This record gives sequence, structure tokens and C-alpha cells, in this order.
Amino acid sequence: MGVFPWVTWFAFRRHTAYPLGSAAEALTNTVFGFIRASVLIGLWRARPHLGGYDQADAVTFCFLTQALIGPVQIFGGMELTQRIRSGDVAIDLYRPAGLQGWWLADDLGRAAGSLALRGGPPMVAGALVFPFHWPGPGGLAAFAAALALGVLVSFGLRYLMALAVFWLHDDRGLNAVALVMSLFFSGMIVPLVAFPGTLGTVARALPWAAQIQVPADVFLGKHSGAGLAGALAFQAMWAAALIGAGHLLTRAARRRLVIHGG
Amino acid sequence: MYALLAWTWTRAAAQYPVSMLLLSLATAVVGALDAVGIMLLFAHTPRIAGFTAAEVLFLYGTSALAFGISDILLGGAERLGQHVREGTLDALLVRPVSPLVQIATEDFSPRRFGKLLPAALVLGLALPRLDAPWTAGRVAMVPLMVACGTVIFAGLWVLAASLQFVLVDSHGATKSLTYGGAFLTQYPLTLFARDFVRGVTFAVPLAFVNWQPSLYVLDRPDPLGLPDAARFAAPAVAAVVCAVAAVAWRTGLRHYRSTGS
Repeated sequence: MGVFPWVTWFAFRRHTAYPLGSAAEALTNTVFGFIRASVLIGLWRARPHLGGYDQADAVTFCFLTQALIGPVQIFGGMELTQRIRSGDVAIDLYRPAGLQGWWLADDLGRAAGSLALRGGPPMVAGALVFPFHWPGPGGLAAFAAALALGVLVSFGLRYLMALAVFWLHDDRGLNAVALVMSLFFSGMIVPLVAFPGTLGTVARALPWAAQIQVPADVFLGKHSGAGLAGALAFQAMWAAALIGAGHLLTRAARRRLVIHGG
Repeated sequence: MYALLAWTWTRAAAQYPVSMLLLSLATAVVGALDAVGIMLLFAHTPRIAGFTAAEVLFLYGTSALAFGISDILLGGAERLGQHVREGTLDALLVRPVSPLVQIATEDFSPRRFGKLLPAALVLGLALPRLDAPWTAGRVAMVPLMVACGTVIFAGLWVLAASLQFVLVDSHGATKSLTYGGAFLTQYPLTLFARDFVRGVTFAVPLAFVNWQPSLYVLDRPDPLGLPDAARFAAPAVAAVVCAVAAVAWRTGLRHYRSTGS
């Protein structure tokens, strides 16, 4: 067994070390879930069956996306960024393990920890108050695969953003732009099924759709058979493309890095 | 003193002009996303919960403007828990300036003004499109509700910060109160369950940020059936919120014991 499973395990332990703080975050995720759900119910009352969703679908979508905020880390950011700024990344590069693989392993542990502590409360609270749409065991298995791919896509995007700091030295401007794209095009503000016309078509083809919208559609059972395979393939394609780009950028960054001092 | 500290931090931020400009712009766009979301909702239907696009955008504008100003003035207070955990609050306490002023001005940056841009713009565009029976009283109510909303949010920032004296880890939860309140007040409360509306009217008085005054401006009936006086109660409510926040802050500060032995 290599070192990466251990990295994942320790990242999981680290991100589950403060359950109280996570519970507080989960509470806020839940409150926002209720506000967003009420707004969406208002829209679906005026337009039932909008975008192929019924009201229960829209509410489930809303609480599910709130539950996924943590695991998919939709607000962006990565510890690696700070390490590049401070120069600590030199230590990471010195390790006899690839930089990208190391941080991917770390991020999978983080996502698992976040799912364990922050995934449950919004879903349970939403299901208690509103009519909800639960998938069967087969749907749940498909959702697990879609969620894993969504986490990979999220990592691919955030890793590229983090590596950009090698060239930009300051991540805040880029992070802010990334945040806008990710909030809007993932379906967090308004579900992508409610985007009108061309905007909707474009939004559903972008990588941000693979983070939230596609896993949610799989959870709601909107895909079956070949459609399901297509949706997962869409996610896998973006994950492969982004992680491949990250691999190339890592090689370029290695040549770029200058360690100051001794 | 507040202005002096704010100016010092602004000069520090201005050392990176490009970054500062980009951040202000990005902050403005993030703030505008909520308005875009509202417009996307109204792309499908002319009315949601009995309100038109212009009316909801009016609510968005007043809420976002009030929240934006309060965030500039006191938003930094949400980092109190971090100061307690790291022990840096002690350093603030020995300086001859109110710790609240020091925390609020810390890392003060002009980028926070970016939030006001979409709020003011949307409000300016929504106002002439409102189908309101404009009288002098209604016109005067608009700036008054923004001012009262700002004071209510400012009180909530301090209240949320005071909670972190006791529950150091509570920052994640108190965001429901501040950011959640800002999000909630962008929408007409007719969207929400009646008990929930009672909660944000009587327990956490978010309804007085812009909802109750808007009922007067737009000449709408109150779904809770409160007396008309409630529509003009915002200044009194703001005063009460600030008084509670002040007591909470003083109590928290008095009972603060530094970390360590």
C-alpha cells in the first residue's frame, strides 16, 4: 500500500477533528436550505413542472445542494494556495510523491470528512419539513459515483486555481472570479434546469455543472440507462481533462519555482 | 478614531492597486449574483408569491444596501472567535481604543464598497418601475428604511460577535443570522411559512429591515395582520436591537478570560 491512502486517512481525521465547528456550519447550510427552498417553492407554484422538476424535486435539489457545499467545496479555496505563497510548497515538492497526487489524496479525505459531518443535517431537516424525493438503492449507488466524480472535478478546478499562484503571487482576485463562476454555473443560485434558452445549454456543458447539477439530477433519478452513463461520462470527461491540465501545469510550475534564500 | 484606523487599513490595501480594483469588482459581481438569480426566477413567471420583479428587486436593493453598509462598518467583528482562539484579543485589549472599533476596522478595505454598487444600481432601476402610490411620506420612507436596516444589521453583527465570546466555534452558525438575514430579506416574506415569518418578526426582527416599511411603500396588506403602526416601527426596533447588542458585547467582554492558564 502506497502513501496516498494514508494521506487521505489523515486528512479525513483532520477534517473531522472539530465536530462542533462542522455542526455550526451544517446549521447555517440548513437555514439557507430553508430560505432557498421557500423561494423555489414560490417559483414552482407559479410554474409547476418547470425544467422537468416537480416541487418535491426542486426542494430535494435545494437541500441536496446545501448538503454538498462542504464536500464539493463550492466556495473554492485550497490549503495548497497558502503553501505556494509562503514557500512551504518546496517541502511538498521535496517529498518522494507527486504534488498533484498528494493533494488529490488530501482533498478526497477532506471531502469524505465534510460529507460525514455536514452532509446529513440539511437532508434530514429538509425531509422532515417538506415532501422529499429519495432514490432507491440503485439510484443511491449511481449518486455515489456521480458525487465522487463531482469531487474530482471540483479538485481539478481548485488545483488549477492554486497552481496559478506560482505565476500570479496573489490568489484573491482569481479566487473571487472563480467563486462567481462556480456559484452561478453550478446551480447553487438557481437550478440549471431553470436557466432559460442558450444560457441553460451553455451552463449545462461547463465543468461547474458536473460538480452539483449532475449529481443532483442522478439523485433525483432524472437519468436512466444510457442517459445515466452519458451523465457520468460527461463528469468523467471533465475530471480527466482538468486533472490532465493540472498534471501539465504541475510540470511547468516545477520549472517556475524559485526558492528564495539558502 | 474609527476613521483613522479605517484610513490606515485602506492605505495598506492601496499598496496593491490592481488587486484592490479586481477585488472590488469581483465583490460587486458576487453581490450582483443574487439579483441575477431573482431575474432568472422572473424569466419564467411575472409574479412570485404575489410580487412582481420590480417589487422583489426593490426589496433586494434596500436589503443589500443596508447589509452592505453595515458590513463595511462592522462586518469585521465576525472574526472575534478567531482572535479569542489565537489569543490576539489580549493585544487589542491593552490598546487605548475600543476593541470593537479595532476589530471592525481591521483589514478595512475599499473592496467592501464593491457590494454597494449592484445594490444601489438595482435600487435605482427598480424605484421608477414600482407601481406605488408615491406620497411625500413614502418617498421619505425609502432612505429611512435603508438607514434603519443598516442599524439593525449592525446590531446583529455585534450580537453575533458577542456570542463568540461564549461559543468560540459558533461563527459557522451565526452566519445564519447575518448572511442568512441578508439573503432572507431580499425576498418577500409571503414566500415563507407563517410561523417562520412570526419568528423573523418577533424573535430576530429581520422583518423590520425592509419588509414592514416596504408594505407601507408598496401599499400592501400585512400577511400577519399586524397593526399599521408596525410599518413605522423600524427605528424603535433598531434602537432595541442596538441596546441588546451593546449589553451582550459588554457582558461578553467582561466575562472574557484569556486562553491559557
